[in-house]
Amino acid sequence: MKRGHLGAWLAVALGGIYFLAPLVATFEFSLRMRRGEYSFDAYRVVFASGNFQASFLYSTIVALVTIVVAALIVVPAAYFVQLRLPRLRAIVEFITLLPLVIPAIVLVFGFIRLYGSSSALPLTATSLGTDALLTFGYVGLGLPYMYRSVDAGLRAIDVRTLTEAAESQGAGAATILFHIILPNIRSAILSGAFLTFAIVIGEFTFASLLDRPAFGPYLQLIGASRAYEPAALAVMAFALTWACLGLIQLVGGAPAPGVRR
Amino acid sequence: MFLALTGIRKTFGAEAVVKDFNLKVERGELVTFLGPSGCGKTTTLRMIAGFETPTEGSIRIDGRDVTHLSARRRAIGMVFQAYALFPNMTVERNIAFGLKVAGKPAAEINARVDEMLTLIKLPDLAGRFPHQLSGGQQQRVSLARALAPSPQILLLDEPLSALDARIRAGLREDIRALQQKLGITTIFVTHDQEEALSISDRIVVMNEGAIEQIGSPGDIYNRPRTRFVASFVGTLNTLQGVVVDPAEGTIRVGQTILRAQGVIEGTKTGETRALALRPEALRLGPPAEGDNALTGVIEDATFLGAIRRLRVRIDGGAILVDAFNSNGASFPEPGDEVKVSFSPNDLIVLDP
Amino acid sequence: MSAAPTPSRRVPAPDLAAWLGVAPFFVFAAMFLIAPTAWLLVGAFQDRDGAFTLANIVRLGQPSIRLSYWLSLEVSTASAGLGALLGLALALAALRGGLPSWLRPTLMTFSGVASNFAGVPLAFAFMATLGRLGLVTALLRNIGVDLYAHGFNILTFWGLTITYLYFQIPLMMLVVTPAIDGLRHEWAEAAEMLGASSWQYWRMIALPILWPSVMGAALLLFANAFGAIATAYALTGSSFNIVPILLYAQIRGDVLHDTNLGYALAVGMLAITGASNLAYLALRSRADRWLR
Repeated sequence: MKRGHLGAWLAVALGGIYFLAPLVATFEFSLRMRRGEYSFDAYRVVFASGNFQASFLYSTIVALVTIVVAALIVVPAAYFVQLRLPRLRAIVEFITLLPLVIPAIVLVFGFIRLYGSSSALPLTATSLGTDALLTFGYVGLGLPYMYRSVDAGLRAIDVRTLTEAAESQGAGAATILFHIILPNIRSAILSGAFLTFAIVIGEFTFASLLDRPAFGPYLQLIGASRAYEPAALAVMAFALTWACLGLIQLVGGAPAPGVRR
Repeated sequence: MFLALTGIRKTFGAEAVVKDFNLKVERGELVTFLGPSGCGKTTTLRMIAGFETPTEGSIRIDGRDVTHLSARRRAIGMVFQAYALFPNMTVERNIAFGLKVAGKPAAEINARVDEMLTLIKLPDLAGRFPHQLSGGQQQRVSLARALAPSPQILLLDEPLSALDARIRAGLREDIRALQQKLGITTIFVTHDQEEALSISDRIVVMNEGAIEQIGSPGDIYNRPRTRFVASFVGTLNTLQGVVVDPAEGTIRVGQTILRAQGVIEGTKTGETRALALRPEALRLGPPAEGDNALTGVIEDATFLGAIRRLRVRIDGGAILVDAFNSNGASFPEPGDEVKVSFSPNDLIVLDP
Repeated sequence: MSAAPTPSRRVPAPDLAAWLGVAPFFVFAAMFLIAPTAWLLVGAFQDRDGAFTLANIVRLGQPSIRLSYWLSLEVSTASAGLGALLGLALALAALRGGLPSWLRPTLMTFSGVASNFAGVPLAFAFMATLGRLGLVTALLRNIGVDLYAHGFNILTFWGLTITYLYFQIPLMMLVVTPAIDGLRHEWAEAAEMLGASSWQYWRMIALPILWPSVMGAALLLFANAFGAIATAYALTGSSFNIVPILLYAQIRGDVLHDTNLGYALAVGMLAITGASNLAYLALRSRADRWLR
């Protein structure tokens, strides 16, 4: 249907302005640290900051552990559901919807009450326990995307045939999973991984309420006390998100709608 | 003539998808565009509809030049391969759509919808939604919707291709019956030669954007002019022959001299030409008076139900011979030597 | 679960391996998705001594909490409604506006990024844009429009809504794109052949077909906004008392002086996001059925 291209152009132009203005404004603001001239001082200060390095490192490590745990949980589940237990599909997909329905703040509230110092499994009593709790929370947040990505990847490689071929050679389930299936769904796992990374890096709610020295709470703190550094951090966060999603495209996945509010 | 396409040419970038298409269609005729995928038949149809504009040439309907007229003003009805019924509307509202859009009064619309439902023999499905109908039913409704506003031309773009084989034959007969009853000028696009042969008044065989031949189904089948037409429509045996005497109509295949009916046009002694023979035109056994005969050995026999198809190796190639399967008759076996005979009338000399 | 191999055919290391394979997933789900939520659900209906009561739910109706919910509803509805309309318009423009073909993938990729760019950095970005010292605020003042003099403030309802739109609009675009793609070109062509104008096609066919998907997506956006906290917290601190912020304060410091009421607060949130998501799924399956 040939529509007035004018209306379409107008919509896209206005949309472009709305979406680009904050990026431009933030970048411009981040350059204003040095009085009277544009400079990258704000960025220099941020990078030099011990807190920045420590919190970014912490979040990165947590993100990596999250990705590994998520992959270990999701890949076998998706594999066996597709291959041997198709009746479980509905309930598995329902579970992957839960993190999208349950607001993060409600979930972390549950964590704190259930695994708090006065409960049967007092994870929050120790630092390591709380780190573990944080990680599991993040596994949950990334679950929908990780599962969907891996599931699609498995469907694309015809798991059934691969498995039967391997079984006829005498391979056991674990061998099949690790040596045959896993290498073939690498790009699907990577897609899920990059998205999980993007989610974890800047996440605030869990990290803040579990009182962890992560990047999100650090950002919040900086925002409350400094003027130019937050802008620099925002620009870096945007660039990082863009990089993660760009990498997803590169390994062949599609950008999924994000829910990290 | 009612519909005239003159010098139609369509290029996409550097590629010419339709080349020099010329056709005159009489009022009330059903003309089929027949050809393989990519031959330009659908593009030409869409130019008649108004979805594509010809790069060159003109289209006239009832004397009026419509080449640059938008599709919605051409008063043409179209049936799509994928039915394209509006999913949010019932059968009734689908059929009524064209009339509603034209602002006709409700009473007239209702009457017309009832009329169309009766015509397509689905009076009880008025309140159903498309997703509740079978493929065949959807296509009928699609037809009714196209015809409801009384268009001057009906276009059908491979309307049966998405349907089960069982339904196809019945529906194409219904479409033909409807078309003849209403006397509406119709263009039918298909790649299925059986469809084309069974319902058309005339067939336009297309290949790679150009018209190979226009003629009645009988013409196309029995007197194909080019190798493409001969091989696209029906099964065909092709042989290479060397012309002996054009005036006599004699031509040599291998060591045998064959006689065609009448003079072989546009050729001279010694020239190589392609020959075509339909399997059903060939008979096993000694030739009758005036018939041609080829000697050969049976290589293979296939049972196809109503006929037995024998592959016979002759000097100059292999040919398929179709023999009616009559119970009790004895058939030669592979390895047997046979004589294959046919009338000179059945020897088709193809354009070079 | 028999593991004895039959003589004629080797029974594959049976469901035992399969069940072991899916076990971690279910254990995880039970421990870190279902149990925490269930704990809150149960707690919401208990009083301090563990007896069953509906009193907590009733006390959600107290003025300050009711105000919180109302505020959340307003922001969520505003950002969802506007996000849905604007997202739809932008998606239609990109997909059906006859624009150059490179625009669509660019917009889709950007939507993927922008829908993830929420939380603290987004708040910073909008403060730099529309804050008192923001770039756009300054630009507008230069041309004579003083936003803050007119009562606008980034730290209030409209400021938050406009900020939320930054991830709501892209989310809408991503969710509604498959539905728009599902508008078969043949419908538009059939409508054209039958004499319909572009406007008539959109009014009578395309928009009605899209409607369930658009409504469903709007509900998704609503749930998304309702549960969001990081952006709001970074932008307004604890001053703008939407439900998530109230809950945050409660978790941090028991401002309500009543743990069970805190549970009820959380459960109230869950009920709303749960209902929206259910409605979204119902509408989506209805749309799918039509567009079979």
